[in-house]
Amino acid sequence: MSATELPLIGDYSTPVAALSGARIGVVTFPGTLDDRDAARAVRLAGAEAVSLWHADADLADVDAVVIPGGFSYGDYLRAGAISRFAPMMSKIIDAANSDAKLPVLGICNGFQILTESHLLPGSMIKNDHLKFLCRDQVLRVENNATAWTNQYAKGEEITIVLKNQDGQYVADEKTLDALEAEGRVAFSYVGWNPNGSRRNIAGITNAAGNVVGLMPHPEHAVEAGFGPDHTGTDGLGFFTSVLTHLVGGQK
Amino acid sequence: MSAAEQTTEQKKFNMDTVANAAATPETELPWAELGLKQNEFEEVVKVLGRRPTAAELAMYSVMWSEHCSYKSSKNHLRQFGDKVSEEMKKDMLVGIGENAGVTNLGDGWAVTFKIESHNSPTMIEPYQGAATGIGGIVRDIISMGARPVAVMDPLRFGAIDHPDTARVIHGAVAGIGGYGNSLGLPNIGGEMVFDSVYQGNPLVNALAVGVMRHEDIRLANASGKGNKVVLFGARTGGDGIGGASILSSESFDDTKPSKRPAVQVGDPFAEKVLIECCLELFKGSLVEGIQDLGAAGISCATSELASNGDGGMEVELTSVLLRDPTLTPGEILMSESQERMMAVVSPENIEAFEATMDKWAVEYSWLGEVTDTGRLIIKWDGEVIVDVDPRTVAHDGPLYDRPYARPEWQDALQADTFKSSEAGANLPATGDELKAALVELMASPNMCDKSWITNQYDRYVGGNTALAAPDDAGVIRVDEETGLGVALATDANGRYTFLDPYHGAQLALAESYRNVATSGAVPMAVSDCLNFGSPEDPDVMWQLAEAIRGLSDACLELGVPVTGGNVSLYNQTGSTPIHPTPVVAMLGKFDDVERRTPSGWRADADGQAIYLLGTTFDELDGSEFANIRGHLGGLPPKVDLAAEKTLGAILINASRDGMIDSAHDLSEGGLGAALGEMALRYGVGARVALDDLCERDGVDAFTALFSESQARAIVAVPRSEEVRFNDMATARQFPVVRLGVVDAASTSLEIQGQFNLDLAELREAHEATLPKYFG
Repeated sequence: MSATELPLIGDYSTPVAALSGARIGVVTFPGTLDDRDAARAVRLAGAEAVSLWHADADLADVDAVVIPGGFSYGDYLRAGAISRFAPMMSKIIDAANSDAKLPVLGICNGFQILTESHLLPGSMIKNDHLKFLCRDQVLRVENNATAWTNQYAKGEEITIVLKNQDGQYVADEKTLDALEAEGRVAFSYVGWNPNGSRRNIAGITNAAGNVVGLMPHPEHAVEAGFGPDHTGTDGLGFFTSVLTHLVGGQK
Repeated sequence: MSAAEQTTEQKKFNMDTVANAAATPETELPWAELGLKQNEFEEVVKVLGRRPTAAELAMYSVMWSEHCSYKSSKNHLRQFGDKVSEEMKKDMLVGIGENAGVTNLGDGWAVTFKIESHNSPTMIEPYQGAATGIGGIVRDIISMGARPVAVMDPLRFGAIDHPDTARVIHGAVAGIGGYGNSLGLPNIGGEMVFDSVYQGNPLVNALAVGVMRHEDIRLANASGKGNKVVLFGARTGGDGIGGASILSSESFDDTKPSKRPAVQVGDPFAEKVLIECCLELFKGSLVEGIQDLGAAGISCATSELASNGDGGMEVELTSVLLRDPTLTPGEILMSESQERMMAVVSPENIEAFEATMDKWAVEYSWLGEVTDTGRLIIKWDGEVIVDVDPRTVAHDGPLYDRPYARPEWQDALQADTFKSSEAGANLPATGDELKAALVELMASPNMCDKSWITNQYDRYVGGNTALAAPDDAGVIRVDEETGLGVALATDANGRYTFLDPYHGAQLALAESYRNVATSGAVPMAVSDCLNFGSPEDPDVMWQLAEAIRGLSDACLELGVPVTGGNVSLYNQTGSTPIHPTPVVAMLGKFDDVERRTPSGWRADADGQAIYLLGTTFDELDGSEFANIRGHLGGLPPKVDLAAEKTLGAILINASRDGMIDSAHDLSEGGLGAALGEMALRYGVGARVALDDLCERDGVDAFTALFSESQARAIVAVPRSEEVRFNDMATARQFPVVRLGVVDAASTSLEIQGQFNLDLAELREAHEATLPKYFG
């Protein structure tokens, strides 16, 4: 397809050759919304975005996977509850748990799918104020040793977009204590907790650091002029982090 | 026998076939309950040469409703097509009459946009009414072959402190958000107005915009004998039956039973899947014609597709997939169940069509085929229940030349000016009084911060939003390679239009033109949503006729064609109509959205010069300031379209040549509100003096701050560009005055010699209003 054509969902073009040679998969479920944005973020970071369709059971040799935001299956039943059973998710769960430790990033609905898949602990319930909320949100990077955060400094504050209806992170006290003790809280909300999440948690990682999930949207903060306040690009670091990780340059 | 079979048997037993109708001419039909007038029913009988069947009656009743047929407004709406210059036609690829107009953007790109009302459904059931308003307008955009890229929502509610307003606003905003957010469409702007005139008749208008390559434009017609007709998407249910006829074409009245079942219920997930599925169909050129199912459902889709194509179609109604198997043929024909599309597919594409449906898990059923008989034949289990000329249903409905006359009270209203009234006495004069007045204005319901609403909408999804509310226009990038993009603004002022419908409508157009130009885009095309009371009231009919005449005259003068829109009548409670509210949506074009102009100055604009473009007159009638004091009378601000054009050219050129860093149009609330909004946008202060302005225009400080004179804008100009900017304005002989400078070190808006307003104090007042009333 020509470079000026609008890509259809599930058909991402890569107009320029990927700089790193890395192939990063972006999964599309029925109802996924931010897949084109995630693919753009991958491209801007210098990698090739590979479209992965939920019903396929083939990871297409990708080096990492982004599960983007949206309302997969309309969030009916419970956010992420149906998507978790897609053939593609079985492959992703196996690859994330394998020795190869496939890097997986779940954003918003993707985070919800990761918790439903038990790749990450806890769950998301409706925001405490009961409304959908879209705002520019400040986060603190609590763990910069994961596959998706190594280009940030520990304690660094970044501004990316928050937009969700079911963003309140909950888990039992024991899990929350363990997450904090093991340094597995990857991001926390700064200044104001926008949804009532336990212990201001915005995002978490698994113990190996290859699977990261968060509610806010780094893929909406990768291009000057189209990000938070129309200037911010603080989200690009997620995507350059995974490229660094893939070439073995993890800090 | 199964329940479904039994029902089919029963239905067959009760079936009113064409043969039966011919044989039983005396049968009483419920035409009045379905919203038809006696003369209209008689016309149906004349057209058919016999009494209609129950199914035909259902079709005519919805398609001949005010909502679908434009029977009261059509005579006047013709002016939008007549008052068009050759220059205005240049970029119009598809004009009025299709699902939405299409405008050429260049580089092979086209843009389609349309604004529609969903007022009555929202009054009755705010969440679903507003949600399906978004759903319907988005399907219009898909029907043109475009990918929808953004939505907007001009909203008008009753008094902010009326208990019912909270019911409506919570439901409507959550509905618009719940549906639009789930579609992945950024909501980039709109309007919010509170006025008791909208108490029983909130206005929920919805705009959608889509983009496509020229070769992808699709039209709603059924051509090619033997091509198959398919219905796909959601199943047909009992929701929204008669929505167009009994909801949107009558006034409300407490004595009538609840009309809630006439409101449709939305499923945004189904629509999102439908969008992607349709775009794949278009990409593979798998459909010959396509039509969304909105008002009047299958009645509308079959009759419009057939009459716009080769003129014939034959369908079997028992093939329609149903949610509720007990629906009668008439109900199936009238149902406005959402998330449905009808397409015409050539036989060789059937297999590929079905594969696309299966990929997206979308249900479909083949209903019949295109014929060349000139008749629309609908069968039920093989028996003919509809046999009509589709044009008589879709296009040749009744047409009324409703009587209209300038209301007797109009002169007295216009004579009651603000400054001559009791409310206009004791106007603020001292610095402290002016400061208090500005804070009160910016905290007032119509001028306060709207983020309680806009934060419930996703403005980022898609990654192409270059500007969104509260900026003057929403800006969307279309082409990532070149930065080609569009700007959109919607505007209306019911108070101005009430005072003077002809000029009030023009003021709405002027403001939308100004807003688009202020963002830096070149205005190109208009879509309008005309919200009025009952056309059977000569006063209201005069307002409508005058507004259309004013709008069409002004479109011709500004050189921007109307490409589509919608008329919403009967917005009244008992005999009290709403203010006439013509909402104008303006589309503009950017060669590169990088050049867009935001509506406030940032800290790095420190020292930039603040200029006011345009002339300030003593124009307080109909203003927000007068509104706060409870006064409405006099004449609205003067319209000066030549000045609007020059101002627009200055703003567009200044943006393109990098002469200005920020700009904001002056409209409701005047200069005071505009300065306040610019300073609050990024929390950066400014020092301003009004002396030169007051001396040049002969006005006092109060008038300078609160007058709503038109064709004005504020711009912030970098020091290095001041000479060039001044030269440009002077060369165009446009009034410009330097008001002051941006002061990054300051946290206040200082009006020298008058007051020093702390931005934190202003922000608190500005942002507290909506949360105070709505939580």
